[in-house]
Amino acid sequence: MDQSAVQRTLITPEGVDLRLKLATAGQRAGAFAIDFGLLIFIIIIFTLLVVWAGVADFGSGGDGEVVTIIWLLGYFLLRNFYFIVFEMGRRSATLGKRILGLRVVARDGGRLTADAVIARNLMREIEIYLPLSFLFSSGLETSGAADGILVLTGFLWSLVFLLFPLFNKDRLRIGDIVAGTWVLHAPRRKLEHDLASSGHERLERYDFSEEQLAVYGEYELKTLERVLRSDNNETLAGVANTIRAKIGWEHGDDDYDFLNAYYAALSARLERGMLFGNRRMSKYDE
Amino acid sequence: MRRIENQAIFSSRNFRAEREEDWQRLEALLKRAEGGSVRRLSDADLVELPVLYRSALSSLSVARETTLDQSLINYLEGLCTRAYFFVYGVRTSLGSRLASFFARDWPAAVRGLWLETLMSFALLLAGIVTAYLLVMNDPAWFDAILPADLANGRDMSASAEDLRSTLYTPDQDALAVFATYLFTHNAQISIFAFALGFAFGVPTALLLVYNGAVAGAFIALFVDRGLGFEMGGWLLIHGTTEFFAIVLAGAAGLRIGTRVVFPGAQSRLAAARESGKTAACAMVGVVVMLLAAGLLEGFGRQLITHDLTRYGIAATMFLLWCAYFYLPGLVRGQR
Repeated sequence: MDQSAVQRTLITPEGVDLRLKLATAGQRAGAFAIDFGLLIFIIIIFTLLVVWAGVADFGSGGDGEVVTIIWLLGYFLLRNFYFIVFEMGRRSATLGKRILGLRVVARDGGRLTADAVIARNLMREIEIYLPLSFLFSSGLETSGAADGILVLTGFLWSLVFLLFPLFNKDRLRIGDIVAGTWVLHAPRRKLEHDLASSGHERLERYDFSEEQLAVYGEYELKTLERVLRSDNNETLAGVANTIRAKIGWEHGDDDYDFLNAYYAALSARLERGMLFGNRRMSKYDE
Repeated sequence: MRRIENQAIFSSRNFRAEREEDWQRLEALLKRAEGGSVRRLSDADLVELPVLYRSALSSLSVARETTLDQSLINYLEGLCTRAYFFVYGVRTSLGSRLASFFARDWPAAVRGLWLETLMSFALLLAGIVTAYLLVMNDPAWFDAILPADLANGRDMSASAEDLRSTLYTPDQDALAVFATYLFTHNAQISIFAFALGFAFGVPTALLLVYNGAVAGAFIALFVDRGLGFEMGGWLLIHGTTEFFAIVLAGAAGLRIGTRVVFPGAQSRLAAARESGKTAACAMVGVVVMLLAAGLLEGFGRQLITHDLTRYGIAATMFLLWCAYFYLPGLVRGQR
């Protein structure tokens, strides 16, 4: 994927660009699907509990008044405040967003205020519930062709709100516009082991010449890094054979050892060039 | 040649080995802080966190210029982003946020919406007056304005006695359930009206007029049977609070709609963001007001059947809201 399409600049007060990554429309939709499914599930469980409590209440001679109130309030709070409460938390993300590594932040890099979170989530009323209500009314109440056309027109109109994020490059939905927020893809990453360091130990057994290392640039190094970290034996073998052929390496040694050692030697060479100001972006770069 | 090569690897590895412990420490602190409240961090941790954050930022700068290990750079970018939003996204506690909402933010937001509040009120009033005049001239309009389930038997064919009884006998036995239903239903509608404001405010304006029309048709019906005064008490005991809340929800929606259409000197995005902030604050207040209106309608109206007491409560509530919203502004000499 083209990185510049999703990358945005945020300079911290310390003067470092954090190079934020925006969440894609697919990630946003996925997170919402998880949240919405979860919300419906919670409401169903909640309703079952209330019905169960109501039956118990009637059994003991009550009139079910308290139970009805609990359900009415509970439903109202869940529907309107599920998203708000989670996004006001320290991680600024609902459960669905957490699973996909997303979080809500203010577009100006400042703090995410309670007002902003409330504004962005109240707007779901026209983004989600309005199209849904048109969908359901078309199924239930349509009596004539004129009504059908009216409902269809209304549904198409409401789609403007639902599909809004697809029509701007920052993937802002209406709630984001009104609240001044956007959604980042900032998953928690683990610090992976240092390939150059393990490769350096293996390098004792290898001795690549300057010409053999001059074949590739940074792009190929990054690809090689991904291959090594993916730990897929078939890919490893394929890549190892390609590199062996390219640099004229004729020893039939272990693929991983060979690639790791080559990675260490190549990255040392390129990093050295980098320190002196000559970067080689790819193998086509001179 | 071989010697220089080894040195280069050595320095890159050194860089990581020297700082790795700090990164892990920052990560552990963030995990604890994000998992729960800040109280789970000791004072020493809180002092240490910004220091670790700045050292991680400097590691990121160095790494971008010296290392080609993409996973290391990704890791540091992720770590620094998390730490940045923790360090600079300072949040206040829920208690102090609530306190400032009721003490300052809510009345200030309502005052900020004064022009939209007047517009919104004018639309509601236009609906009431139009429907009243229409029904007074031709009773057939009543059925056109009100759906049958809302009228609930109170239509043009109802006798004055029937109508009088609806004003003084409780609708329901379960008053608390009725009050809760009124609250959640009205709050949901007002949130909807607010959100519709984004469509340039047009649907919000229509909803306001229609809500006014329903009230206007009812007023015409009762006035026609000589029950105008009694009906006024029945409607206004909760109505001053409820209509005020509806007018404010409409004003919040209109603010967003008008600012998106007429952003003035600001960019459209900046105007939308600023209006959203005020409007959202006012909307939380609207939900609180509708809770009060629900209680007044569910309990107050059913239990208090004396007309003048009803009018008294209506006027008191209205004056209380006005004083709460607008007095601080007058005292400080602002709108």
